[in-house]
Amino acid sequence: MKKLFYVLWIIGLLLGGIGVFQRLTTGHLLAGYGSRVVWGLWVAMYIYFIGLSAGAFLLSSLVYVFRIKMFEKVGKLALVTALITLVCALLAIWFDLGHMWRAYEVITRPNLPSSMMAWMIWLYTAYFILLLAETFYAFKLENNNDSAQKEALSKKLRLLGSIGIPLAIAFHGGVGALFGVVSSNPMWHSALTPIFFLVGAIASGSALFTMIVAFFWEERNSAYFDEMMQLLAKIVLISVLFDLLLEWAELSIALWMGSPEHTFGYREMLFGEYWYVFWILHILLGVMVPVFLLATRKKPFAIGLASLLVVFTFIGVRLNIVIPGLVTEKIHGEATAYIHPRLSYHYFPSSMEWLVAIFIVSVGIGLFVIGNRYLKLTQPKHSLNS
Amino acid sequence: MDTPKKNSRREFLTKFSVAALAGATLSPLFSKEQDTESDAVEVRNFTESIESLLGGDYTNIKLKMQDDVRRALKKPVDQRRWGMAIDLRKCVGCNACTVACISENALPPGVVYRPVIKEEIGTYPNVSKRNLPKPCMHCEEPPCTEVCPVGATYKRKDGIVVVDYETCIGCRYCMTACPYEHRMFDFGEKYGDGLPFPAKYDERPSFEYEKEWKRDKPEESPIGNVRKCTFCLHRLEEGLLPQCLTTCIAGANYFGDLNDPDSVIAKIVSRLNVTVLKKEMGTKPKVYYII
Repeated sequence: MKKLFYVLWIIGLLLGGIGVFQRLTTGHLLAGYGSRVVWGLWVAMYIYFIGLSAGAFLLSSLVYVFRIKMFEKVGKLALVTALITLVCALLAIWFDLGHMWRAYEVITRPNLPSSMMAWMIWLYTAYFILLLAETFYAFKLENNNDSAQKEALSKKLRLLGSIGIPLAIAFHGGVGALFGVVSSNPMWHSALTPIFFLVGAIASGSALFTMIVAFFWEERNSAYFDEMMQLLAKIVLISVLFDLLLEWAELSIALWMGSPEHTFGYREMLFGEYWYVFWILHILLGVMVPVFLLATRKKPFAIGLASLLVVFTFIGVRLNIVIPGLVTEKIHGEATAYIHPRLSYHYFPSSMEWLVAIFIVSVGIGLFVIGNRYLKLTQPKHSLNS
Repeated sequence: MDTPKKNSRREFLTKFSVAALAGATLSPLFSKEQDTESDAVEVRNFTESIESLLGGDYTNIKLKMQDDVRRALKKPVDQRRWGMAIDLRKCVGCNACTVACISENALPPGVVYRPVIKEEIGTYPNVSKRNLPKPCMHCEEPPCTEVCPVGATYKRKDGIVVVDYETCIGCRYCMTACPYEHRMFDFGEKYGDGLPFPAKYDERPSFEYEKEWKRDKPEESPIGNVRKCTFCLHRLEEGLLPQCLTTCIAGANYFGDLNDPDSVIAKIVSRLNVTVLKKEMGTKPKVYYII
């Protein structure tokens, strides 16, 4: 089983390497997006991973800020998960830039306060630094046996975590606001967009974390493990259902009396070419099956499977924010005014985009496996107050 | 045509005055009819107005507009405000402007600054066709510049919205923010792609922003940048009209300094039958449409 995993991982990394090589040598020439559907798979992956990061981080605050005993042993696992998914997110958006090597400009010459993208970048840079510091202290705390020093360290962690909560909400809400503020795009321009992003982050982030605990936790035959799984299952279930409620709010309000132009994107999402991303991937596999499993099954495997489904299908939710928002002509007749593949309103990720996506996922999995081997994330150790 | 019309109006006016005398209650009905008729004559009578715009020694409106440009150039840059008007009644949809723009700016495949949207109205045999050339609107309140994370795109003092190719990181956020879907991403495509030998015309540099831009390597500007219409800034600075104007076979385009009350453009945009696209967005475009 382990061997198979390593073989698959190496194949993923090699295939991904081909995509990265293509991207670095030919630029965006082989990409599937164009000047109409300007953002594609990589931007969807970016908001997907950054949501996972914010969700996992908010879960870690249960340990370091609210000091919920139940999660003490998994605090650092949540932090490292948040860190790795953030790295994946930044990789995804870095490959998407037209000029990758100018990325530093977002720090050296930000267009503040008007650009929401500049805000988002500054906020996640602050979040990244905070995450590193918090992870560092979390490990220091664990390897410390002196009770006075432990007390000081957990106070530091509590402070960092307390700053981290509004920061995580601000930066992920900021990612949502990046879309929400675009007033020329009726599908994105909604006050619900940033909230939808945050709830999605909690749903997908907690599901990722639950999946990792369910499948990789080493001390499996303990009452502690069972109890923790039940609590995590509840968090995932509630957040998935709440996300569905927001989705209903957004869709029903927009579609009820909406003008055809305003609702085109939604109708494309529900009944267009990629209807199955919404109905099969998201509603069936990402909501109905997991909700059924989480509500009726108590076994860690079932909970893990439900969480796995939520995590993997959530990319569909992210794709359905980015792509349908861009397939609407902003001026009627645009689609036929000048014919060129780059000016088409049709989008499907190209092979290079898929390969780079595989690369990013492989890097994330690789970092997790290495991290787990050396940092022993999935092994129980001393708790905070012992 | 005119004589019977005038006659009918005279008759009408006579009847009207009789009616007005007869009873004030009937007058609103008649006055309404009179307004519609006179408006229709005045607003549509544009050919005559253009001649009145010419004046002086000019026989060609383009030469007059070129002089408008040169006069504006003598002023400090912050006192100029470039604007364009497109007469949709004259546009024949030939795409000469589209092609001229591509040639002038050496645009690669898939990048177009001035597409012409063509719309058929009605069903056979009662059909007409509307052509709508769509350059950058050079909005007074551009939503695209606000969103740029690095401030690479901005509105110049003379109102032209530009992209600093050497700063743009190619995130394409501005493209999503433009309500007119004007902006284009340069993917690095070439006309000669797929040919066994490189095509000569792909080597032609672009002279946008009065610099020389070559397209040799991927990710070398302007490849990997967001690109847009500049009102042919590099031509303007030399006292020449934008290329789309000079090639328009119908003479449907007007250009000049909106701040100069004597310019052709300033006289046109104050007319009643002039509008802008997506007025409700409040972006205050400086490209006007005569309808």
